[in-house]
Amino acid sequence: MTSFDVVVIGGGHNGLVCATLLAKSGRKVLLLEAGSELGGAARTEEFAPGFRVSSVAHLLNRLHPDVVTGLDLEKHGLNFVLPEQIPSFSLSAKDGPLALTGAYGEDLVGASSSEQVAWRELRAQLFRYAGILKPFLSRRPPDLRGGNSLSETLALGQTALALKKLGKEDMRDFLRVILMNVADLLDEQLTDDRLKGLVAFDAVLGSHLGPRSPTSLLGLYYRLAGEVGGQPGAQLVPKGGMGTVVAAMAASAAKAGVILRTGALVNKIRVENGRAIGVVLENTEEITGAVIVSAADPSTTFLDMVGSRELDTGFVRKIKNIRNQGDAAKLHLALDRAPRFSDLDADAHCGRLVIAPSVDHVERAFNPCKYGEFSPEPVLEITLPSLADPSLAPDGACVLSAVIQYAPYRLKEGWEIGKPKFFKAIMDLLERHAPGIGRLTRHVELLTPADIEERYRMPGGHWHHGELQADQMLMSRPAFGTEGYATPVDGLYLCGAGSHPGGGISGAPGLNAARRIMALER
Amino acid sequence: MAKTAKISSPYAARIAARGHFRTLRLDTPFQPRIDALMKRNDWYDWGGYRAANSLWDEELEYFAIRSQAALFDISPMVKYGIEGPDAEAFLNRVTLRNVSKLKPGRVHYTAWCDDEGHVLDDGTLFRLSDERFRLCCQERHLPWLLDSAIGYDVSVAEQTEAIAGLALQGPTSFAILRAAGFAGIERLKVFDLADFEHQNGTVTISRTGFTGDLGYELFVSAELALSLWDRLMEAGRLHGIRAIGYTALNRARLEAGLIVANADFSTAEHALRADRVRMPDEIGLGFMVDLEKGHFNGRRAIEIARKNKKLRHILVGLEIEGNIPADHAIVYHRGKKEVGLVSAAGWSPLAKRNIAIASLARPFGDTVTDDLWVEIYALRELKYEKLMKRAKVVPRPFIKLDRRTANPPADF
Repeated sequence: MTSFDVVVIGGGHNGLVCATLLAKSGRKVLLLEAGSELGGAARTEEFAPGFRVSSVAHLLNRLHPDVVTGLDLEKHGLNFVLPEQIPSFSLSAKDGPLALTGAYGEDLVGASSSEQVAWRELRAQLFRYAGILKPFLSRRPPDLRGGNSLSETLALGQTALALKKLGKEDMRDFLRVILMNVADLLDEQLTDDRLKGLVAFDAVLGSHLGPRSPTSLLGLYYRLAGEVGGQPGAQLVPKGGMGTVVAAMAASAAKAGVILRTGALVNKIRVENGRAIGVVLENTEEITGAVIVSAADPSTTFLDMVGSRELDTGFVRKIKNIRNQGDAAKLHLALDRAPRFSDLDADAHCGRLVIAPSVDHVERAFNPCKYGEFSPEPVLEITLPSLADPSLAPDGACVLSAVIQYAPYRLKEGWEIGKPKFFKAIMDLLERHAPGIGRLTRHVELLTPADIEERYRMPGGHWHHGELQADQMLMSRPAFGTEGYATPVDGLYLCGAGSHPGGGISGAPGLNAARRIMALER
Repeated sequence: MAKTAKISSPYAARIAARGHFRTLRLDTPFQPRIDALMKRNDWYDWGGYRAANSLWDEELEYFAIRSQAALFDISPMVKYGIEGPDAEAFLNRVTLRNVSKLKPGRVHYTAWCDDEGHVLDDGTLFRLSDERFRLCCQERHLPWLLDSAIGYDVSVAEQTEAIAGLALQGPTSFAILRAAGFAGIERLKVFDLADFEHQNGTVTISRTGFTGDLGYELFVSAELALSLWDRLMEAGRLHGIRAIGYTALNRARLEAGLIVANADFSTAEHALRADRVRMPDEIGLGFMVDLEKGHFNGRRAIEIARKNKKLRHILVGLEIEGNIPADHAIVYHRGKKEVGLVSAAGWSPLAKRNIAIASLARPFGDTVTDDLWVEIYALRELKYEKLMKRAKVVPRPFIKLDRRTANPPADF
């Protein structure tokens, strides 16, 4: 039986970040990944012969700068060239496309001049407000039991100060809008349906909310609190797919001395006298560790690996109540050649193409999902990664990668029956925007939340490991009692997307967890 | 117009199936017999059931417990049937005591806590067989027990309505059961249980009770309830058997030093105020906490509270000078500083002492036990007479009766 200072369960990007930082602090770290390769939902995978794609996450817009420096990712092959950041296009069959260029629409192209002025003001306000919340991303949620350290208390004070510095009127407005729905806020300031549709789409992407659902604005703040290459709001399609980001992290982990094992499925976390002492693999191999860190989904970690017997009933209730049913599907198309989207310049096809032509459209797409049905007119975000990186597809061919909403995890008719119907709805929609795309399609992969659940071991198929809404944020993420990465089981910590601040390729949960472990387990 | 209402919508069917609100206070299976004996119409509400405070004379009902045999209807007590291969492991996780030490055919008094280590209830656990248990208590806990069952191969069934219960307590209780023909009843030691034939079914009899006296509790399916009552009454006629109400029982349980949930402490799910909840150590149940066994609900919280000395309260027995009952009197240290409250009190005819159960704020009652006083407001013809009486911390129970544990019990 081998023994380690730290055993990290799960080789997704958060597991890698946490493992690397702990190894750099001088600990002997083992990382166990159940799959055959590292990366979790941030992999580049071949989905058809010669066609590769970022399998779930396909855009980089929030990799935390402390993660980039903490893991020396630039030294390990990750280089962001800001000109590589891509614009967003809101496609509309009625009015033609509208472009947000630069970092989340530094310029708005294709709108009236008055709309441009209005957008500039709204954009500045959104970034100002998101900036207040941004420091929370890389900190443990405030401890309601009063166990905050001096520096944590000071940091809270700084947030209060930042609020104050906004000025009276702005501060009032910050507090007024924070729990608003995104649709109402957009209606207050903008008129262009395409712009409002795109921003509304971004606010609800990856959550069980429509733009008119209360608190839907928070999702937009979460998006805008992210940054790439020091540029808030920027986004890019990583060359070689998301797998390159993970490859850089894995290289950094190996350099730091982390022992990386794939194909090692953890069945059980061994608990003795209230303390986690090791893990048991599927092949019954036992590995002991002074500290066990789980990047797996919280319900998997607690209900399957630890088991309810080592936990209190009230805590099990809370874990059971985590809302973790995903609404986003992922579509991969292997195309004979690049498709042509109507009214879009050839260059523009490298951007992020969003089909969400109005707020109403997004809201209508959401409606059926509340009742267990998919959107007959879905909203989606498309990238064509092989345009900028031809290595992802055979010569002259093209890869299309799209995130599609709404595809409820619990489809009433079941995904076996529903999937072909949903696929047809998507292709009908794509055909309207890129005529002929159907004929170009050589191979298809459509991942519903049910598929994502199975393939990436995310119960509910939710890429945030649980809804990212007000009731599951900060000290309520993933549940009160395990909100600060520590858990009720001594020596067991969480470091995945299910913990604060949440999902997306940020590395922030892994970063915060590593810091917390270093503070508590000396 | 005399048309019967037709149930048309699914909602109407559901409403019809839920008639519980039409009778706000339920009858127990023994009600016809109790009604026939009830001379005072003195009822109270016990967990939604109509229960007798006193049937004919509370003083004589009390002395039936101590000198004859008293029959008390405990059907309103909440009862859960817990069964399955994991039943023992499940109960070890839910309750404080070590259920592995409870052998089939035995009963123990236990309690259970929430995550914070605050007591949800106390009760008795009957191990009917290796994999079958019955948990009896004051409050309802089905959602808690079902959620606690996640991850265990165990079933939890609500049995409060289906199982009727009787307590037969007092010096002649054994003689009555023998006269009633329960062969082998003499083999039951304190906290033993066994099944006996009754009509075409069985009655589970345990040598348990809430009086500190020789006594038994009998559990039977509801349809056999009346015939069991008749069998006992018939056999007990020459042994002084009497039906009694709660007032008499409450005096006996005070003498026995036993506590009642939501009378002597607030259960965690009922307490509205944050400082009213209690840990086991704060209500005299610390002895139940078994740290030798595996994880159980509230374990971490209890260990931390013990380690950090965060146990703020203590439950004690008091002996108070004089003979005026100190019900709900405030307890003072040196006659000035308020340190606690009496939750149950009365004159003990058996101990010939004025006794009480009180909750005090530590260190009072714990390390500081001298110079304690209670302030009794005795209402005398529309005038309060304020009495400051000296109180002494004494061990519970206040009485100890050899006949409770004698083997075999005395015959009459």
